Amino acid sequence: MQDFSSSFTLAANLIWSAKPELLEIITLSLQVTLSAVVIACLIGFPIGALLAVAQFRGRTALTLLFNTLMGLPPVVVGLLVYMMLSNAGPLGFLQLLYTPVAMIIAQALLVTPIIIALTRQVIEDLYQEYAEQFHSLVVPRRTAVMALLWDARYGLITTALAGFGRAIAEVGAVIVVGGNIAHVTRVMTTAIALETSKGELALALALGFVLLFIAMTINASVFLLRASAARMSYV
Amino acid sequence: MSKRQPTVVPLRKGQTGRPDRGNPLLPLKTTDLCFDINGKRIIDQVDLAITSDGISVILGPNGAGKSVLLRLLHGLLKPARGEVLWRGRHIDDTLRKRQALVFQRPVLMRRSVADNIRFAIALRSFPDAKHRLDRALELAGLTSQAYQPARALSGGEQQRLAIARALAIDPDVLILDEPSSNLDPGATLAIEQLIETARVEGKKVILVTHDLNQAKRIADEIIFIHHGRIIEQTPSPLFFNNPTSNHGRSYLDGGLLV
Amino acid sequence: MKPYTLSGVLFILAMSLLSISSPAAAQTGFIIVQSTTSTQNSGLFDFILPKFSAATGIEVRVVAVGTGQAIKNARNGDGDVLLVHAKSAEEKFVADGWGVKRFDVMYNDFVIIGPQIDPAKISGMKDVAEALNKIAASKSIFASRGDNSGTHKKEKQLWAAANFNPAKHSGTWYRETGSGMGATLNTAIGMNAYVMSDRATWTKFGNKASHKILVEGDARLFNQYGVILVSDKKHARVKTELGQKFIDWITGLEGQAAIAAYQVGGKQLFTPNAPCQ
Repeated sequence: MQDFSSSFTLAANLIWSAKPELLEIITLSLQVTLSAVVIACLIGFPIGALLAVAQFRGRTALTLLFNTLMGLPPVVVGLLVYMMLSNAGPLGFLQLLYTPVAMIIAQALLVTPIIIALTRQVIEDLYQEYAEQFHSLVVPRRTAVMALLWDARYGLITTALAGFGRAIAEVGAVIVVGGNIAHVTRVMTTAIALETSKGELALALALGFVLLFIAMTINASVFLLRASAARMSYV
Repeated sequence: MSKRQPTVVPLRKGQTGRPDRGNPLLPLKTTDLCFDINGKRIIDQVDLAITSDGISVILGPNGAGKSVLLRLLHGLLKPARGEVLWRGRHIDDTLRKRQALVFQRPVLMRRSVADNIRFAIALRSFPDAKHRLDRALELAGLTSQAYQPARALSGGEQQRLAIARALAIDPDVLILDEPSSNLDPGATLAIEQLIETARVEGKKVILVTHDLNQAKRIADEIIFIHHGRIIEQTPSPLFFNNPTSNHGRSYLDGGLLV
Repeated sequence: MKPYTLSGVLFILAMSLLSISSPAAAQTGFIIVQSTTSTQNSGLFDFILPKFSAATGIEVRVVAVGTGQAIKNARNGDGDVLLVHAKSAEEKFVADGWGVKRFDVMYNDFVIIGPQIDPAKISGMKDVAEALNKIAASKSIFASRGDNSGTHKKEKQLWAAANFNPAKHSGTWYRETGSGMGATLNTAIGMNAYVMSDRATWTKFGNKASHKILVEGDARLFNQYGVILVSDKKHARVKTELGQKFIDWITGLEGQAAIAAYQVGGKQLFTPNAPCQ
C-alpha cells in the first residue's frame, strides 16, 4: 500500500516543518493528557495504596470494581461526561462542554481506575516486604501509606505511564466532550479521526506516527529514569 | 570468654543507658505458648521466663521454631494458645514501641542509609533527632555512606544499619533473629560489637542463633530449644561446660539432627 | 516530608496545566455551531468562517457530527446555532420549540458512488430509484450510513421511492456502518460497495481508489442545508445575540458570496440559496 510508505516521509516532514497547527495540536494533546494523568495520580495513588494496605469489608469488591473499570470503553466515559456537562445536564452551568477542561475530566475518569488498580498491585508487592518491619516499628497507617508511596515511586512512574499511554491514545471520550473544534479542542487523536474521515489516510497515518514518536520519547525517558533507579537498588 | 569493650562513642551522660534502674519490660514470661503452621505444632507449650538483664541467646538447630518464638514474643504473631507477658502485660503496640526487632534478612527501605534511620526516629518524635541520626550512623560505621542507597550496601553493612536503626529508637529490648547467619567472620564480629554496645547501654538483648560459637562468645544465658520445646535454660558457661539435657549435649557434639 | 513535597509539586503542575489549557477567552465571544461532517470535511467552514470572524470578531466553534446527533446536541442546549441538512427534522426541531426559525442557506446534491467495474450496471442512470433497485436486484454490496444522519435519512427516502425495504437485507449485501460519511466512504471502498454521499464530501475525499460517481442529477438527490438559531426559551445560556449575528451573516450577501466562492479543483461545491437572494 503506497499510503504506508508515504506516511513515513510525510510524518518526518510534519515533524521537521513544525507547522504551528501541528504544534498547537501536539501541545494541547500533551496538556490535556498530562493534566488528566496528574489528577488521576493524585486520586489514584492514595486510594490504590489504601486498598493495598488497609483491611476492611468490601476491599475485595472494590479491588474487583477498579480492575473492571480499567477496561471502561472511552466512548462510555465520554458519554457520561457529556451528559453531566451538557447544558441539559446537572453540571451544565459550569459551561465546560467543548473545552479542554472537559477533555481533562473525561481522560482523568478513564485513567483513574488504571492508576488505582496498578498502584494497588505495586504497593501490595512492596508492603509484603515491609509489613513485618512496619508492624514491629508500630508505623501508623497514614505514615505507612505515605512511606510506601514514596518508596514505590519508580514503580508508580511506570503506573502513571500506563495511564498516559491509555489517555494519549484514546479518541472516543475526547471527541464526544471536546467536539474536535479546530484550535480549541482538536488533539492528535481527533485530528487523526478527522483526517481518516476525509480519506486523507496517509496524513492520518503520519499523524499517528507523530503520536507514536511522542509516546516513544516519553517512554524512553522513563526507561532511563528507571534504569538509574535500578542502579541504586530503588526498584 | 571475656566481653569485648565497645569501640563506639559512649552515650551522652544520662541519655539512654539505665543499668541501675533495671529493665522496665522484664520479667518476660510465657505460659503454655503454642503456635501451629498448617496444622503442624511449631511452638509447643513453651513456659519461658527471662528475668535478668544481659544477652539471652535462643539456641537450637534449624527448624526448631526459634524465629517463630521471637515473633510471638514481639507480638508479630498471635499464639494459638497461651500468652506472652512483659512485666505482667500482654504484648501490644505500646509495649512493642519499646522493643525493636532486627530480622534475619534486614528489611531496608528503598531510601538512603540516613533516611532509613530518619524514618524510624521520626516515628517516636525524639527531641534530639539529629544527634540520634549521627550517633546511629557512627555506630553502624556508615557515616561516610549516609547518602548511599541502603539496599546497595553489602550484607554486613545492611545488617549493621538495621541494628543501628533499631538502637536509634532507644528500645528497652532488642530482639535479633540470626543477625549474622550469612556474614563472614569480620562482618560477624562487627555485628557482635554492636550487640555488645546495646548490652552495655542496659538494653535487654534476646537473640536467636544456630551458631554455637557465636552463642558461646556473647551469651549470658542460653535457652536451648528443639522441636518447638524448651529443652533447657542455663547460664552460658554452664551450658557449654556441662549441658543438663541429652539434646543439648548432642547439639554441642554436632550430632543433633533436625 | 518528601511524599508531601512530591504531591505538592504534582498539584501545582496540575493547576498550571489546567490554567494553560482553559480556552482562549480573550476573543470578544464565541458561538458553538452544531453542524454536519459534510460541511466540515468539504473544507467549507475553513474557508468561510475566518471571513465571518474577521467581520464580526466572533469566534465560531464547529462541532461536526451527523445531523441526527447535531440536532440532539442542540436540543440539550449544547450549541447556539444548528446548521444541518434534513429539512423535515429541522422543521420539527423548530415546531417543537427548540429552535427559533429555520432558513435555507445553500444546497448541493447527493451522488451514488460505486466501483469502476459497476456490478449492478447503474453507471449513467438518471433515475436514482431505478438505480437502487438494480443494486438490490443484483445483491451488490451497498454501504449505508445507518446513523440517522441527514444523508442516511435522504437515503431511506430514496429506497422508499424505489419501493424497496433494504433493512431486511441488513448484514447481507446491505451494510449499515453506523458511522460518519468519511468512515462509510472508507468502508465502501474497502468492500467495493456502492454508497451514497453528498457531492462536497466526495469531491474533497482523499481515498477515492477506483470508485467514482455513477448516478447524479436526479432532482430527488437535491441536498438542502438549513440554519436555525437555538431557542433561549429552553436553554437560557444560548447566545442569542451572537448566534443571530452568524445567521444574519451566512444568509446575508457576504456569507452567501463566500459560500459561492468556495471551490475545490475549480468546481463550486455549494450553491447559496438563502431567502434574501
